[in-house]
Amino acid sequence: MLEILANSLPQLAEGLKTTIGLTVLSLILGTILGIFLAVIRIYGKFPLPYLIIFYERVFRGIPLIVIFFLFYFGLSLQIGLNIDPFTAAIFGLGLRGAAYQAQIFRSAINSIPEGQMVAARSLGMSKLSAIRNIILPQMLRLSVPGWSNEFTIVLKDTSIAFSIGVIELMRQGRYIYVNNPDYVLPVFLFIALIYFIMVISANKTLSYLEKKYKMSGFEIGVER
Amino acid sequence: MHMLEVKDIHKSYGDLEVLKGISFSMNKGETAVIIGTSGTGKSTLLRCINQLHPPDKGEIWLDGVNITDPKIDINKIRQKIGFVFQEFNLFNHLTALRNVSIGLEKVKGFTKEKAEKKAIEELKRVGLKDQAKQYPAQLSGGQKQRVGIARALAMDPTIILFDEPTSALDPELIGDVLDVMKSLAHKVAMLVVTHEMGFARNVADEIIFMEGGVIVESGPPKQMFQNPKKARTKEFLGRISTLYGKD
Repeated sequence: MLEILANSLPQLAEGLKTTIGLTVLSLILGTILGIFLAVIRIYGKFPLPYLIIFYERVFRGIPLIVIFFLFYFGLSLQIGLNIDPFTAAIFGLGLRGAAYQAQIFRSAINSIPEGQMVAARSLGMSKLSAIRNIILPQMLRLSVPGWSNEFTIVLKDTSIAFSIGVIELMRQGRYIYVNNPDYVLPVFLFIALIYFIMVISANKTLSYLEKKYKMSGFEIGVER
Repeated sequence: MHMLEVKDIHKSYGDLEVLKGISFSMNKGETAVIIGTSGTGKSTLLRCINQLHPPDKGEIWLDGVNITDPKIDINKIRQKIGFVFQEFNLFNHLTALRNVSIGLEKVKGFTKEKAEKKAIEELKRVGLKDQAKQYPAQLSGGQKQRVGIARALAMDPTIILFDEPTSALDPELIGDVLDVMKSLAHKVAMLVVTHEMGFARNVADEIIFMEGGVIVESGPPKQMFQNPKKARTKEFLGRISTLYGKD
């Protein structure tokens, strides 16, 4: 059994690479878009906030696998956009992630005391400059706990990209057990362990960053 | 020509008319103190002046410019109007130094080095050079407020508006803040909402008594404290002197 696991290591490493690529790229897309959505939802002019609420409702209301199928089998194959499964998965995870992350960033912005914006404006900063220089840096620090939760969800949900044929960790696992049907359990236990270790180490790293970049002595609510 | 002219300012929030026609003027370098009970529109008036809450009616002129004109670039005007808040409103993620320098850098376009050099000077002026690297949460209330004053001063404003700058402070910390404010008198114009009668009596050139959204009476401290014309002024000053002490 150990031999089979050892022999399959290169294959699993290949899958792991794809899993990490999916996670990183879709998180980048989701975070950047999520920040824009949150800022526009709070500070944007009518009707933009309503469009964003609609966007959030849609992407939070559909299972990820359905989003994947819509993007890949629908948009790519039937409509003919010709995007490969990997790209479809990044967009699926990224656009859905943006909807969830917008919530994280929005609640972070809402927990920043109103006086911060007022003080920035009274110095003569434009609204945009105040958002960029005062609101966003505080928002990012306050978002770390929520964001690390989202990080682990995205990391685990990359496994659903299996369903549209992305050759990631899960799919590689399937290749292995198809050739060694007696070892389904150990193979997937091993894969579970890999996910588990990645999630735990990501959480540890993020909580380290959270401590390092926390506003010195600043805790939410203390100022009010 | 007056430096600041406030002409017939009205402001309502919904059905509630908070300011019902406020007019007064100030000269360059003058200190005016606004007194009055809570809820009479003193803070609203300050926020109307720097257009955080634009007035519904009336005009405000600063250095010969009508700043209530909707065509005016309000961000330009606000650089000339410092604001010091009751709750300090220091930027929580920035050190004392950066709190003071960020406006210079992002609004006035100073380089980072030049902005921080000036910020150090301003912190020195309020006696907080040694606290430059500390974050707001590490400062006492009085220190925070002095950073707030340095932040306003750094922009070289024509006038600084103070919205109850000592109301959120422990009594023993109030003195430091008032001393800094005193040291600014006649260097920069100050319009101060406060209950500190000692400060009003000793530093103000003009005292404005507001009630119910209008100015009941105004005049130099001597006249206001010794010979108020209106019975209501006398009553208010009598009551507040018992509360906060004669000096």
